[in-house]
Amino acid sequence: MASGKPDGQTVMNKVLLLSPEKCIGCRTCEIVCSFSKIRAFNPRISRVSVFSFEEMAISVPMMCMQCEEPYCMKVCPTFAITRTEEGVVAFDEKKCIGCKLCISACPLGNISFSHVEGKIAKCDLCGGEPKCAEFCPSGAIEFKEPVPSAIERKKAIAEKFKELFGEGNE
Amino acid sequence: MFGWKGTILRVNLTDGSIKKESLDLKDAYMYIGGRGLGVKILTDEVDPGIEPLSPENKLIFMTGPLTGTMAASPGRYEVVAKAPLTGTIGGANSGGHFGPELKFAGYDGIIFEGRAEKPVYLWINDDHVELRSAEHLWGKNTFETTDQLLKETAEDARVACIGPAGEKLVLFATVMNDKHRAAGRSGMGAVMGSKNLKAVVVRGTKSVDVADPEAFYKACVDARRKLKEHPVTGTGLPMYGTEILINILNQVGALPTRNWKDGGYFEYAEEISGEAVREKYLVRNKGCFGCSIGCGRVTRVPEGKYKSFGEGPEYEAGWALGASCGVRDLAAICKANFICNELGLDPITMGATIACTMEMYEKGIISKEEIGMEAPFGNADAIVELTRMTGLREGFGDKLAEGSYRLASSYGHPELSMSVKKQEMPAYDARGIQGMGLEYATSNRGGCHVRGYMTSPEILGIPVKLDPLVTKDKAKWLKTFQDLTAVVDSAGICLFTTFAIGLPEISAMLKAAIGWDYSDEEVMKIGERIWNLERMFNLGAGFTKADDTLPPRLLNEPLKTGAGKGKVVELDVMLKEYYEVRGWNEDGTPTDAKLEELGIR
Repeated sequence: MASGKPDGQTVMNKVLLLSPEKCIGCRTCEIVCSFSKIRAFNPRISRVSVFSFEEMAISVPMMCMQCEEPYCMKVCPTFAITRTEEGVVAFDEKKCIGCKLCISACPLGNISFSHVEGKIAKCDLCGGEPKCAEFCPSGAIEFKEPVPSAIERKKAIAEKFKELFGEGNE
Repeated sequence: MFGWKGTILRVNLTDGSIKKESLDLKDAYMYIGGRGLGVKILTDEVDPGIEPLSPENKLIFMTGPLTGTMAASPGRYEVVAKAPLTGTIGGANSGGHFGPELKFAGYDGIIFEGRAEKPVYLWINDDHVELRSAEHLWGKNTFETTDQLLKETAEDARVACIGPAGEKLVLFATVMNDKHRAAGRSGMGAVMGSKNLKAVVVRGTKSVDVADPEAFYKACVDARRKLKEHPVTGTGLPMYGTEILINILNQVGALPTRNWKDGGYFEYAEEISGEAVREKYLVRNKGCFGCSIGCGRVTRVPEGKYKSFGEGPEYEAGWALGASCGVRDLAAICKANFICNELGLDPITMGATIACTMEMYEKGIISKEEIGMEAPFGNADAIVELTRMTGLREGFGDKLAEGSYRLASSYGHPELSMSVKKQEMPAYDARGIQGMGLEYATSNRGGCHVRGYMTSPEILGIPVKLDPLVTKDKAKWLKTFQDLTAVVDSAGICLFTTFAIGLPEISAMLKAAIGWDYSDEEVMKIGERIWNLERMFNLGAGFTKADDTLPPRLLNEPLKTGAGKGKVVELDVMLKEYYEVRGWNEDGTPTDAKLEELGIR
């Protein structure tokens, strides 16, 4: 693993945390993802996709969530998909026969087929430094530990309690 | 091919033929793409003397080599044609996602020729390109049109279209893409309407390659870091959008108020500012394709008679419909701005034309009966209703649809039109920002701020602070800004990046993308070449030095308040210097030596 050990923790504890309320719909994640995979720019092979719902003014980035119990792995007839120690649901090109059952099996729809590479396309966390999170301009995609104190929505609720019951000088 | 895709579509609307042509690489190296290449093609193929709304005009959509990459703010494309509002070379730049999608489909641009007998739209699905009937879409606004087209093509396609304003040849109609982004100025939507072309729909699944991926990545990371760290692109624009400028310009006394007659100070500016938009109506920030700035505003007026939902207003739109009309009701400004997007109108010319009407109304030149309502400055209902009437050419809107110059002239008062070459000047009172006066007078598409944004050095101090009230060195600075802007508009990136990055960063991205070893000096030369070619088109269209001027109000009526109190635009001295700096003759024509140096002749 290339990095991610600021306080003695390993990257295996980090996950992609999504905050659609911060997403500005720019699709920077898609374009940098495609570059990191094929050294060219093509949102349609990106492992992350942004869905924009105009009338509701919300955009949602979606990618493989590296399930603890990956259905894609279970369904794969050639054992091409495994879950690594680092928590990545990885896929072995050499074993893959291109049957695409994993695409159907993923309950989140987060596996696709890259017509450019001619192979299964899914997020692999870029070896521990996901480009989408690195380049996301608004903080809608973050790569961090999902410990309670790092989840902003939780923190926002906690802050409401602070406003309601907090005492002392502010 | 690197950067470019190497193919241009040529669509003849008269006979319905569609051809795929190879990009002329020699032209591409000399003019890059976007605005530059569009202008090159137009000048090669169209006589500058033609009638802009005739089938002889061509309408060109053109991306740049950086469009659709991970360059800084890489979502731009340009629409080029001879402009119906001004009669000059026309062109307008837009963001969103349409331009990149055209690249992904495999095309650098599209040239539309002739005129379809009946309304059509162009459907591009990678290699498959066809003209389809748009009769069922005629009359629909840009939102309805976009929704319907996505239904009948592909839901992941992108749409650029015109609204009723373009169909009805409103001279300042826009081309709208992704519903809210506009190729806004100079009337490109009217040219599209004159060709019976309702929309272009595109879906692309191909890749954009760059020549040196590692060098390109490095250059982009560097540019993006600088954008993030800069106070304007990293904080100001993301936080408040472009409307952040309302209070800034008002504070320096350069926010043109009530058709520019009350000087540069609007007493209610705070109520229509970016801060007010954020506090009252902002739903979310929005970014164009690949943009790290995200200056777009999704806004909602939740209740009241102006209840509405959309994007914007941008600074110039907020000013034009606000301070320029003396209107302080932000909800009405939002509503009128949304109507501009829906009907496909340039909100700058729209607001400025209403402001001109209001002055004529107050002076007793136009009556309440003619307009169909009372229209004093400050009438919030009027900006909303007159905007709607203009987009549909209803009642008095039919006159407003011609822009302020033709309107005021028809009443014998052209001096009340705050326009240059018949296009309305935007939101910077040049009496308090001298360099902007020179920019308005010399901009190749008439009154315009985004082709040499002198407000940047003169007010914001970027890259260095210049005294806005003096004329010294302004010609030299303006030339640099105009030439660099031509490069930016041609490369396919957003002009706003230039608050934080300059020639070295832009060159680095360009060079790595297309694999051509330009020196920075040569890149600037490209910008100068584009500027001179545009000038040549305008001279061919009959423009002369006499047209490089400003409304009499800016030359003769001093500012009443603010730092620039007592000032008029000292245009003569700056213009003379400008022609010298450009290497032009005293009559404003490029010398033969200059044209040869630039490889134009």
